[in-house]
Amino acid sequence: MDGISLLTITVLAVFVGFEVVSKVSSTLHTPLMSGANAIHGIILVGAIIVAGQATHPWVLAVALLAVVLATANLVGGFVVTDRMLEMFRGRKPDKPAKPGAKPGAGDTRGETKENTEATR
Amino acid sequence: MTLLDPNVTALLYLAAAVFFILALKGLNSPRTARRGNLIGAFGAVVAVVTVFFSTRLDNVPLILGAIVVGSGVAAPVARRVRMTQMPQLVALFNGVGGGAAALVALLELPHAEDAWVRVAVVFTLLVGAVSFAGSAVTFAKLQELMTTRPVVFPGLPVLMGAVLLAAVGAAAAVVLGGSLVLALLLLLLGLVAGVLLVLPVGGADVPIVISLLNAFTGLAVAASGLVLGNVLLVVAGTLVGASGTILTRAMAAAMGRSVAGILFGAFRGGSTAGSTAVSDRPVRSSSPEDVAVLLGYAQRVIIVPGYGLAVAQGQHTAAELAQALESRGTRVDFAIHPVAGRMPGHMNVLLAEANVPYESLKEMGEINSEFRTADVALVVGANDVVNPAAKTTAGSPIYGMPILEVADARQVVFLKRSMRPGFAGIENDLMFEPQTTLLFGDAKESLTKVLGAVKAL
Repeated sequence: MDGISLLTITVLAVFVGFEVVSKVSSTLHTPLMSGANAIHGIILVGAIIVAGQATHPWVLAVALLAVVLATANLVGGFVVTDRMLEMFRGRKPDKPAKPGAKPGAGDTRGETKENTEATR
Repeated sequence: MTLLDPNVTALLYLAAAVFFILALKGLNSPRTARRGNLIGAFGAVVAVVTVFFSTRLDNVPLILGAIVVGSGVAAPVARRVRMTQMPQLVALFNGVGGGAAALVALLELPHAEDAWVRVAVVFTLLVGAVSFAGSAVTFAKLQELMTTRPVVFPGLPVLMGAVLLAAVGAAAAVVLGGSLVLALLLLLLGLVAGVLLVLPVGGADVPIVISLLNAFTGLAVAASGLVLGNVLLVVAGTLVGASGTILTRAMAAAMGRSVAGILFGAFRGGSTAGSTAVSDRPVRSSSPEDVAVLLGYAQRVIIVPGYGLAVAQGQHTAAELAQALESRGTRVDFAIHPVAGRMPGHMNVLLAEANVPYESLKEMGEINSEFRTADVALVVGANDVVNPAAKTTAGSPIYGMPILEVADARQVVFLKRSMRPGFAGIENDLMFEPQTTLLFGDAKESLTKVLGAVKAL
């Protein structure tokens, strides 16, 4: 892609980025920061490309290190954000089963903990 | 293996970019936040799968192995980390992302034939390294591996200036000549600059710096996208850079500070430096039983939680105390200052973990007029966010920061570890007022004692 097209996309993305968070309440500042933090973990795509085209062992080693770091950013970022937001649900006792929640070990644990707390 | 058509690849990257935008949008409201985060994760999966099927890659088993290692380390840590340690974990993840961007740029330098591509390379190198080293220092500060106070030494501004000048020189040389050795030097200078940038920042301002470094990493990722000619990296990185900048300003505004003041305040003789001196003015300290009587016979109690509660892991005890009081007929609310704790929204997360009903968590604007009708304001491990100096003392470092008006309550009870001032390092005059009672000790222990005494009433 030529430089001008990339510049156009960059400038438009700046405005989308400004717009998309301009009215967020302070309660969600931390999860939003953490979610944005996870998104820049997408540098993983760049790290994969570099590692996949490496021919020299040193280059490969450094590129694989970048893959590990980027994965940690991406996966850890989304997981930690999900954990923060997990805390925000289940407020209303009469709320029916939440739609869209993944069944999984983490979820069940949260559920059990909530129940124990509630019965105290 | 046949590769995906470039147009299909472009469409899949576009889809991932849209998912990221929807993710940020979703994170704007409590109702849609969790779904937003999942959408973002889905977008990331789409992008990573796409790169494997659209690019001719060698070393695929090794790459997959590296991905397994990265997830294998990060996911369990993220899942198990305690709520109080979440800010430093976010800092850590941000740092490694910046580090990854810098490494990608370094490895791409030999392939960067155009000068303007090398401009993007040096930008990514420098900003990625600053983000990595800066995040490492914030991590150390939040984890209390080092002092949380601003670290300033006489030559700091000069040193910082010299490092930046050298970095600009090295960057120009790399752009003109493409020397790998100078690129390594630039990386090193970036690391030093990152450390010097964060050292003078005081504990309470660290969250804002995390947000700023988060925006930096976003910009580094965007620049690495320019280096690789990858539109998705450009869009995702720019989105984070832009939204992170806005978020940083919003956080700083919630504290009544400017971003420049936070970064350079300590350079100019320390607005956050303050003093650690312990005052010897008389205060009224009291026993858990007395506090229990105050609370137990009140009509209305407002609890103001702060970082002390988080450190002591006292959120469950605070929730129990609120429950015990409500069963006696007292109305209890929690007043949440936007920047109480180590990160904005920290207290909400913490108290939600302890199953405090959402309706009891009141934001500052909502609760401030209600302190007038409260019998007791119970301040648990908070200080600066209730300090009237923010309104009255023009020279104070927190002057202008909106505060919780606990002074309006009939009685104010502080649960504090000691008379040491808060992060801003300034004394709180409210503690010497006649309506104020202090109970010294660890927040959780004090709350447990008060809870026991309330139950025995």
